[in-house]
Amino acid sequence: MYLVSGPIDPSALLADVSAPDRGGVASFLGVVRDHHAGREVLRLEYSAYPAMAELECEHILAEARGRWPCGVTLRHRLGTLEIGDLAVAVLAASAHRAAAFDACRYVIEQLKRRVPIWKREFFADGTDAWVDPTAASEFAPSRRDAT
Amino acid sequence: MSVSSSDASVTVAVRLFARYAELLGTESLALTLPAGATVGQVIETLRRQPGGALLPPRLLVARNLIQAGESEQVAPGDEVAVLPPMSGG
Repeated sequence: MYLVSGPIDPSALLADVSAPDRGGVASFLGVVRDHHAGREVLRLEYSAYPAMAELECEHILAEARGRWPCGVTLRHRLGTLEIGDLAVAVLAASAHRAAAFDACRYVIEQLKRRVPIWKREFFADGTDAWVDPTAASEFAPSRRDAT
Repeated sequence: MSVSSSDASVTVAVRLFARYAELLGTESLALTLPAGATVGQVIETLRRQPGGALLPPRLLVARNLIQAGESEQVAPGDEVAVLPPMSGG
């Protein structure tokens, strides 16, 4: 299960991808931040289409393993998350660092694009909004700025 | 031979998420269409439900967990999910 309702433990994932012939491990940890497009964020809520999300995660990880010789895994947390909570973790291990970095980057970028997970932000002014990366509004995160 | 109603119609389970679930006021509904109906016709029918007119013109749809085109035919019991722009990570 790649979607979890409780805290993510990156050290447990490290054990999952480690092997005697893998000398480089790259990780991406996505943490809930306190601002978005200039507004103060108090907390986030993640929801998903779990059956499809699990399937899509499996596809993305298989693609990464096919492109780079690596061990790679991920977890994404659902539910209400507070500032500083770990929302997503990707770990990739390979013989050398280049493949580990590339596989890790590939998985997080594809996850954001393809896995049916939705983020709702709760702002300090009492309002809330679903994040829409495709919206041409001031609240749409840029690709670079997005967690 | 008589034609039973199950031959003449197809009922699919529509799943809605996040903002779309809020627009329609529900996370799931069953829609019955004529046999041979397509994903596109399921969406047209969905747009006629209360709140359905508020859905954006272009929609990402999955049929049985796989992204689906509008021309794909649906079968009885299919799960047709309408997916808002993804924002995980």
